[in-house]
Amino acid sequence: MKLLKHIRFLPGSGILKGMLVTARNLIGSYYDPRRLRTVRYPEERLPLPENSRSVPFLVYDGDDAETGLRCVACHICETECPARAIHIVNACDKRGKVLKRPHRFEIDISACMGCQICSEVCPFDAIMMDNAYNHAAFERFDSLTLTRERLAKPNAYFHRIKPTEAAEIDSRLAADRSRMEERRRKKEAANATHNESAR
Amino acid sequence: MRLVEPEGFGANGVGGGDGDERLLELSMGPQHPSTHGVFRMNVVLDGETVVRLQPVFGYLHRNHEKIAESQSYLASIPYTDRLDYFCSLSNNWAYVRAVETLAGIPVPERAEYIRVILAELTRLQNHTVFLGFLLGDMGGWGTALMYAFRQREEILDLFEALTGSRMMCNYMRFGGCRCELPSGWMEQARAVVAGYPAFLDEMEQLLVENEILVARTQGVGVVSAEKAVNAGLTGPILRAAGVDYDIRKVDRYGIYDRFSYRVPLGEHGDTYDRMMIRLLEMRESLKILQQAMADLPEGPILHSDVQVRNLCPPEGEAYCRVEAPKGELGFYLISDNTARPYRYRIRPPSLINLTLLEEMSLGMKIADVMVILGSIDIVLGEVDR
Amino acid sequence: MISAEQIREHVLHARPDAGLELISNLCPSCQDSLLVAAEDAVEVARLLRDDPELRLDYCSNVTGVDWPERPVRTPPGSAPAGQRMRAEVAARPGCFEVVYHLFSMSLKHGPVVLRMRTENRSDRVRLPSLTPIWHSAEFQEREVFDLYGIRFDGHPDLRRLLMWEEFEGHPMRKDYLPPAEDDVREPFAAARNRMVQ
Ligand code: SF4
Ligand code: SF4
Repeated sequence: MKLLKHIRFLPGSGILKGMLVTARNLIGSYYDPRRLRTVRYPEERLPLPENSRSVPFLVYDGDDAETGLRCVACHICETECPARAIHIVNACDKRGKVLKRPHRFEIDISACMGCQICSEVCPFDAIMMDNAYNHAAFERFDSLTLTRERLAKPNAYFHRIKPTEAAEIDSRLAADRSRMEERRRKKEAANATHNESAR
Repeated sequence: MRLVEPEGFGANGVGGGDGDERLLELSMGPQHPSTHGVFRMNVVLDGETVVRLQPVFGYLHRNHEKIAESQSYLASIPYTDRLDYFCSLSNNWAYVRAVETLAGIPVPERAEYIRVILAELTRLQNHTVFLGFLLGDMGGWGTALMYAFRQREEILDLFEALTGSRMMCNYMRFGGCRCELPSGWMEQARAVVAGYPAFLDEMEQLLVENEILVARTQGVGVVSAEKAVNAGLTGPILRAAGVDYDIRKVDRYGIYDRFSYRVPLGEHGDTYDRMMIRLLEMRESLKILQQAMADLPEGPILHSDVQVRNLCPPEGEAYCRVEAPKGELGFYLISDNTARPYRYRIRPPSLINLTLLEEMSLGMKIADVMVILGSIDIVLGEVDR
Repeated sequence: MISAEQIREHVLHARPDAGLELISNLCPSCQDSLLVAAEDAVEVARLLRDDPELRLDYCSNVTGVDWPERPVRTPPGSAPAGQRMRAEVAARPGCFEVVYHLFSMSLKHGPVVLRMRTENRSDRVRLPSLTPIWHSAEFQEREVFDLYGIRFDGHPDLRRLLMWEEFEGHPMRKDYLPPAEDDVREPFAAARNRMVQ
């Protein structure tokens, strides 16, 4: 019989060996954190790693969520979102000219799968991944549709949840800005000399 | 549940016998603790013995292929996470490799190493959970499963620190990986790998000689090598039948030819061998991990001139496969030189490994069916797609 | 690895009258395929499996492809390099295709890509089943039948695999229109329904 082959010592020794393991784990769970990895959840929470992601939010610079929004409503995230969870409507001025900022920006977090493709494709670093995970609501539609007001969060918040990434993006944006500034100044200077020589 | 007349099954070669005999037709699932998701089996029983078994699929079908054909190549990566949700990184790799083959995209060396590291970590945690669930299917709810989940948590922590998500990693991109390793990640990963053998020793001590487990698994669900090959079984359950076929060795994809590791093979093709194969495979994975972590080169992580967004591969088709923890995971893509795949097909190992489920189960007791199903190791997200 | 051209010659050597056509694939993957005539398919498949030099004992992937009738954009022959596939397909009336990816576990080579085409997309959609040769095709052919509506003659158990029995239509066909999602809130509904079409 095949069974006999595996019984080395006496019948039941395999089970006894297994019991030894459970005993070790039982006792170990009192002092070894590797053997007891859980915490009592709602009161105690494990720190989230910096990369941790849940749903996206919109970053704004300064303190005004209206004007500081980095988003220019280019609709790239809307087209790339695999779940089609983003809906954007551009703002218009009085004469109906389309402006480069969102009038409505909505994310349906009941469909959003937190894949962060939107923040990856956004060329303006305007949409970032949040790590807040408590989104439970009593109603499926409006409470789970994050509007622009609920999505907009200050850059300081971004710095708080993801310091490394935020610092990186800030320095990149600052470098971009200074390069633009440089270029503008050069152009102005060139224009000035041009005008001078023309005169 | 209903009693059926044996005559009703006479036509199918089942039943028969004298009028006293009654067969019981039992529908197991889709809500059943041991079907690993929403999977149903129509079982016909003679007493407790299985005389016929028909798997019923589709409860988790969402037509992933159709969705993928309606959107860009990039947007399908997060969907592949949700195929076999235990092994999202292997799925990512299979898909991006298919696109890379289709479009001829080179991958930087560092990215290749990171991919190997992540794929082997995925294999480790998949097999770990497998062991826990197998015990659960035998009625040993709790103990082994909890140990397995506790250990797996260490690997999931690594995944979360790197990719931002424990299970839906969405990490690989055409021509490399999405982001650089965070600082301290490598040290943490080394510590996890270093601590793993102790866990495996403990698991072995718990399982390998346990008389109950041996009695429940040896000689249960035997499948011969020949049948396994013909039925397209892949992965550990093929190797448990003694067929030496590991795609990492055969295709030498990525940089697997740089590492030294062995492919464990079984002899009997039964459930016990399938379990042991996985235990041994984890040890081999640890070897690969140690080598890959030691050699990890510096360099870019994403090929610089690949267009990840709006990728339009040239016209043509490619079939590309990897050795996922559950077997051969293949992606077949046809491009018509637009930004969307013309045809996007997944070859799911879990579905095809079920081909022989009926054959393995015939003549076994109903309680063994759960063990056999557990030993095949399916995930319904991948079976039904 | 043996090329598709060599395999074609090998098969034609054994069975000179088999309808076997090479379809080249010019993209970087270079996976050429063999188009086999439906009436010879079972014979050719058996030969591929049992031939001592090929021993393609493992059929990995079976899938359908839908090629609807398309206006001929590039006349065949004048297509520039790299465009052969489209020209060739566009010149055809619509058809369904079944693609088999074969490997050899004993000789460790592959993939060999085998294709079959139906005569049209409406009524002549029968193809021989290769499940008797490779058992692994069983569920996958059922899936192709389910999602594309290709009927496999000789399949032991041809039923729907993923959709339910009463379902009408074949969702993977390019012209299949899914019912609109009805419980999605308005601004998203349009986008999501557009997506599935
Ligand atoms: S979030 Fe970024 S990608 Fe989306 S619309 Fe605004 S600027 Fe464009
Ligand atoms: S995280 Fe993914 S699913 Fe969610 S809004 Fe962004 S792109 Fe869409």
